Amino acid sequence: MSDIQRPEMFYTVSTEDFAVVEKPLSTWERLYENGAVRKTALLLILAAAWELYARWLGNPLLVPSFSATVGAFFASVASGALPRAAVYTIRMLLQGYAAGLAIAALLTAFATATRIGADLLETLTAMFNPLPSIALLPLALIWFGLGAGSVIFVLIHAVLWAVALNTFAGFRSVSPTWKMVGQNYGLSKIGYIARILIPGAFPSILTGLKVGWAFAWRTLIAAELVFGVSSGSGGLGWFIFERKNQLLIADVFAGLLTVILFGLAVENLIFKTIENRTVRRWGMQS
Amino acid sequence: MAPLLAVEGVTLRYRTKEHLVTATYRVSFNLFRSDRFVVLGPSGCGKSTLLKAVGGYIKPTEGRIQLNTTEVAGPGPDRVFVFQEFDQLLPWKTVKENIVFALTASGKLPRPQAEERAMHYIAKVNLIEFALSYPHTLSGGMKQRVAIARAMAMEPQILLMDEPFAALDALTRAKMQEELLQLWDDTKFTVLFVTHSISEAIRVGSRILLMSAHPGQVRAEINSPGADDPDASGKPLSTRIHEILFGGEKREGVASHV
Repeated sequence: MSDIQRPEMFYTVSTEDFAVVEKPLSTWERLYENGAVRKTALLLILAAAWELYARWLGNPLLVPSFSATVGAFFASVASGALPRAAVYTIRMLLQGYAAGLAIAALLTAFATATRIGADLLETLTAMFNPLPSIALLPLALIWFGLGAGSVIFVLIHAVLWAVALNTFAGFRSVSPTWKMVGQNYGLSKIGYIARILIPGAFPSILTGLKVGWAFAWRTLIAAELVFGVSSGSGGLGWFIFERKNQLLIADVFAGLLTVILFGLAVENLIFKTIENRTVRRWGMQS
Repeated sequence: MAPLLAVEGVTLRYRTKEHLVTATYRVSFNLFRSDRFVVLGPSGCGKSTLLKAVGGYIKPTEGRIQLNTTEVAGPGPDRVFVFQEFDQLLPWKTVKENIVFALTASGKLPRPQAEERAMHYIAKVNLIEFALSYPHTLSGGMKQRVAIARAMAMEPQILLMDEPFAALDALTRAKMQEELLQLWDDTKFTVLFVTHSISEAIRVGSRILLMSAHPGQVRAEINSPGADDPDASGKPLSTRIHEILFGGEKREGVASHV
């Protein structure tokens, strides 16, 4: 309660003399807004720090300098050893990844169709997801022998659970309204999965694919470190292991650099592009 | 004349983890072509559940629902839903593709004709310049207009609207009610409209089914002139509805917010 009498007040809005209404940012500000520029700057700083530390340490057997690593990298690329190893690894990886995805699709379809399938998927995932794939390698070697079969087996294990779990969780969290909309059109079972459930769960599916890819990549390099001599040619892991035995430490670093470069390329070129064209454009992920 | 939709003695029950809930008890009503039939009641009167049963998503435990003298067996494109939720549009499709998808997925039209009809109905709800936008870029009111355009493009026997304007702000809601009536003037579609707002029921409906809660039972079925006019005794329609739903005592705001 207030007894104060206040007059009503009216103002005219000024139309000039603002300090700033809208002014373009300076070049520096605009560059700083660009994520790629910021990250590149960080990488350059890290590379410089590495170079300085390696020179100060002066022991190329422990830490070769950045320039030496880059030199070894280009030398190995030129000699064809590194590309050969990379191609071998990628081919193996794609086979394992594809097989893992196929089995994940079957398992998820079974889980979506029946309740016992859902129970099966949940139980299996709870059991096997925490189990590092590389821990299965000794067993795989006994079952499938020294060769591609064992590697693909552990790769499937690495991919399967992450993808199946994420896809199924995604299906479950698809908005009930979309499900009702889909049923309203009288879609067939397959049409319903393909045109409502999969796009509706796409953010989760994409996460599953990314996690599965990362697991597969790590598992493969680790498996190759253990053995890679199956058919006379080894992958990146074997390249790293072999060069370490020959004390070519700069080459070891070059191999690791290749592993990192592939990881970055797949994440930033392939998955980022898929993300930008799908879930981001649809506003399902910011 | 035979009714378009006949609901006879429909009891709906559903099971939660702990209870068996009776949503509606022996509800009966008839819907005729070009009706704007409103089901009005407080929350918990099972009106949304009833609408879902007409949509074919829920089976009645007792009674029957017939569309054109054929028993409703499941969801189908002859009864198209407009939901309350803004997320009823599929976010991975543009405004136009949402409508085209509805028409092609249900097998109503092949693609070229579907696109033509989609644009026709997008024009009807004044969203031509947003035809190629994705739903997340639209406001709530625009999304509901697209949902209405999509449902109308299907040219169903009945439009089922489940509180389609409840999540909108008051100004937008009033405008949308107006637009819906204009669209009805245009095509004279049949609509079954569920709401908990007395004023919306009077505004939108030509006939109003009043339901009481726990479990939902029919209290009355009355005509609406489209405005809150006083009757012979001088009582406005909204007061009469209020008395029927809540008895004599005048209690504002229970079922009448807005």
